[in-house]
Amino acid sequence: MSSARAVVVGASHAGVQLVTSLRQEGWSGDIVLVGDESVLPYQRPPLSKAYLSGKCSLTELAIRSEGFYLKQGIERVDASVEEVDRSARQVLLSTGDGLSYDALALCTGARPRRLRTPGAELEGVHYLRRSSDVERIREDAIPGRNAVIVGGGYVGLETAASLRALGLDVTVLEAADRVLERVTAPEVSAFFTRIHQEEGVDVRTNASVEALVGDHRIREVVLAGGESVRADLVIIGIGIEPNTELAEAAGLVVDDGILIDAQARTSDPTIVAAGDCTSQDIPRYGRRIRLESVPSAVEQAKVAAATICGKDKEVAALPWFWSDQYDLKLQIAGLNTGYDDIVVSGGPTRDRDFTCYYLRKGEPIAADCVNRPRDFMATKRMLTQGTAVDMAALTAEVAV
Amino acid sequence: MAVVTFMSHDGEQHEAPLEEGSSLMQVATNNAIPGIDADCGGEAACGTCHVIVDPAWADKVGRSGPEEEEMLSMNPERQPTSRLSCQVKVCESWDGLTVQLPEFQM
Repeated sequence: MSSARAVVVGASHAGVQLVTSLRQEGWSGDIVLVGDESVLPYQRPPLSKAYLSGKCSLTELAIRSEGFYLKQGIERVDASVEEVDRSARQVLLSTGDGLSYDALALCTGARPRRLRTPGAELEGVHYLRRSSDVERIREDAIPGRNAVIVGGGYVGLETAASLRALGLDVTVLEAADRVLERVTAPEVSAFFTRIHQEEGVDVRTNASVEALVGDHRIREVVLAGGESVRADLVIIGIGIEPNTELAEAAGLVVDDGILIDAQARTSDPTIVAAGDCTSQDIPRYGRRIRLESVPSAVEQAKVAAATICGKDKEVAALPWFWSDQYDLKLQIAGLNTGYDDIVVSGGPTRDRDFTCYYLRKGEPIAADCVNRPRDFMATKRMLTQGTAVDMAALTAEVAV
Repeated sequence: MAVVTFMSHDGEQHEAPLEEGSSLMQVATNNAIPGIDADCGGEAACGTCHVIVDPAWADKVGRSGPEEEEMLSMNPERQPTSRLSCQVKVCESWDGLTVQLPEFQM
């Protein structure tokens, strides 16, 4: 009898962690990791930061070395998966080959949301998700040029910081009335707006893009009010959409993302899923959430691997996130959804470090920590362990 | 070949070759060492690659820097020779190095 084969679709953070954890959990059969980027799987968060600003090579971003896959007996296949045939337990590859599986994991990730305005297909208009996207942006990112970034979220702001470091003139266009509107308190938005302005970025809010204009290359971005902004290149960062088509076509339940349970099983218990492509009921928050985060992808992948190996693990870790812009390191512990109050420690209107705690009914639920790793670790620990909170200590140095 | 030993909190040992210029975290992740999570990939942002260096090796390996210190200071398993392994660049001359892993990465 041939040995059992686990197939992992998507050579992402989740995919790489999943194959690692399969070995650690004792899977002795074949492991095949299918990815469509042909390079060694790499870390995505640095793409908009160190990789865009030219501070590191793609080799340095490899999640695991080439030798890892060899030593662990993990076969990497360079292809995309066209179809999952659940009854035959087989995936069909873009190469035309079929690959049978005993266990299947979907780590198909997400893709940038497209801007649906005229001109979005012009040359010089970019999205940022893959290393090849960044390589194209870098060819366009010549010092002194005007870069326009559509979207004042984390990716947009990180990109703005990296392009400033490369010597470009940068404008950020945000459709809402403040940057980071979806994810932080107004005080935190005001802080990041101030920092970017101090660094020379033109931050414009309530700025809806009406059209991208140029002959065959982008020349200007026209706003809803009729005003136009000169642009030599445009980077669009308006969010991501999960890659769920493969799962949907296979008849799995999809609700925003591929729905998984606490053991990372999809609606077909023989198929697991992990990463940005999934959505999950999270008891801590009492609702279904699709998290866009590396730590969450890694956590789900560990659980998915344990499930495949017949062990009982549950996704329980506290969600957390980070973002680097200029000399600022933002670390976020927990999700702030549903907060009714904040407590700010430090001086976000003048300094480059502070912490914003989010509270619900008097209890802290999350914190945005800028250049305050100590606050971050303390909050992460407190929220993870549910330890008692000393609100007096939190509020002792409230900003004036 | 120079080798480092990672010792889990319950005494399980895993060896890995020391590759000059890699970080100790990369040595661990490239060899599937259990107990090193390395969620952030080496940016000293998460604190999940905590190791406790054998005190006999502490001077050679070096002490934690200020940023690392901030990340480690809230950790209940923190020891005087604690390091974030992503911040340790390894040398092939460190053959025989032993580091201990905490029970929990946080």
